[in-house]
Amino acid sequence: MKAKKIRVLVAKPGLDGHDRGAKVVARALRDAGMEVIYTGLRQTPRQIVETAIQEDVNVIGLSILSGAHTHLFPEIMRLLKENKAEDIIVIAGGVIPEEDIPELKKVGIAEIFTPGTDTRDIINFIKEKVK
Amino acid sequence: MEIVKKIINGDRRAAAKLITLAENDFDKAEDILKELYSYTGNALVIGITGPPGAGKSTITDKLTKSLRKQGKTVGIIAIDPTSPFTGGALLGDRIRMQDLSTDPGVFIRSMGTRGHLGGLSQVTQAAVKILDALGKEVIFIETVGVGQAEVDIVKVADTVVLITMPGMGDDIQIIKAGIMEIGDIFVVNKADKEGCERLITEIEMMLDLNQNGQWRPPVLKTIATSDFGIQELEREIKHHLEYLKESGELEQRRRESAKKEIFDIIQEKWKEILADSVSNEFLNEIVTKVVKRDEDPYTAVKKISDILMYSYTQGGKK
Ligand SMILES: Nc1nc2c(ncn2[C@@H]2O[C@H](COP(=O)(O)OP(=O)(O)OP(=O)(O)O)[C@@H](O)[C@H]2O)c(=O)[nH]1
Ligand SMILES: [Mg+2]
Repeated sequence: MKAKKIRVLVAKPGLDGHDRGAKVVARALRDAGMEVIYTGLRQTPRQIVETAIQEDVNVIGLSILSGAHTHLFPEIMRLLKENKAEDIIVIAGGVIPEEDIPELKKVGIAEIFTPGTDTRDIINFIKEKVK
Repeated sequence: MEIVKKIINGDRRAAAKLITLAENDFDKAEDILKELYSYTGNALVIGITGPPGAGKSTITDKLTKSLRKQGKTVGIIAIDPTSPFTGGALLGDRIRMQDLSTDPGVFIRSMGTRGHLGGLSQVTQAAVKILDALGKEVIFIETVGVGQAEVDIVKVADTVVLITMPGMGDDIQIIKAGIMEIGDIFVVNKADKEGCERLITEIEMMLDLNQNGQWRPPVLKTIATSDFGIQELEREIKHHLEYLKESGELEQRRRESAKKEIFDIIQEKWKEILADSVSNEFLNEIVTKVVKRDEDPYTAVKKISDILMYSYTQGGKK
């Protein structure tokens, strides 16, 4: 019985109450054959990292609209490191200003998908990274 | 073994990794599970099943919070169906358990059914052991109770709570289809909705007709979203455990569960050996012969079995 599956946590940090984008991505990843753990709205960095560890995911996909990414994302990366789970690939999507992207990549976010990204690009990126 | 030590010392990352290995490559996990086995058998296992959306996750969340207040540690294995078409799955049970995720006394793992029927219950049993060795005192298994395969999974539990809700029209049908027998405690959740009393009456009637053991399953009413009835459910679970112990049924159930596990694994092993040692061409040839009446199915099976036995004694699979 051998059946490796890519496991992805789709999480929504921050306080805004919209998760349409996150749900669209979650469904697209499922349809691409992945196991998607969906946790709902308003997750704290600690909740996200703890869930990622228990679920042993390959990827965390963060969706954000509220603009709080500049402090939430580094905090998530810090907690991953603290838990020796920095091998988990972190990607992000949502409304993220162009000028913030280099800084986020520097703290270890593997890729940032801005609004209008084709979900197929996200799928390909994940499949390429998780080998 | 390093990983076994880590798990019994409470390393949740090691436990999570071993569950993944059991899901992805059971043969490899086996070597570790062998060593882990002597550290298991301490947890109380509770199966939570019922139709989609009945409130299984919400009730599991509430029961867990209550157990935590009493100082008990909890493991949760939440199983959702894998799409047979894409192989993917959307695992959303954690949405109802958000506050539990940062509690160090709770470990939650979501699993897809992945289409391996016998394999799933084997993997679930492995996951239960891993959480047990990790030190979780009570372990919940949540599955959607629609098919026989899902029912099979919760059969390994000490106590099975069957959750349903009014207003589904055919929910009573779902319960009738072979699932009725496995419920030790019945819960009609969403008692704030219309049709609750009627559903309770129907279930009571059916239980009276099917009465066969010493334990008559109680039928409870809950509103999980507002904690109504949760305490009573907890009391009934305790009550059932006492019954299991006093009547000797606990031992009986654990025997059944061990037996089922052994047979599940044997089945999977031989299926693998079959796939590895008998080619499809050969199987097709035999099938053609049987269809044409050149050979009977019994002789065909004998031939295949001989090949299997030979492969097995030669070291089995590649
Ligand atoms: N009105 C009402 N809604 C409830 C009650 N219990 C749960 N719900 C709601 O019912 C929905 C489904 O609850 P879940 O706990 O996810 O149900 P489930 O059985 O785990 O669902 P699946 O895992 O998807 O099969 C959620 O929106 C809950 O908030 C209740 O007692 N009354
Ligand atoms: Mg659920």
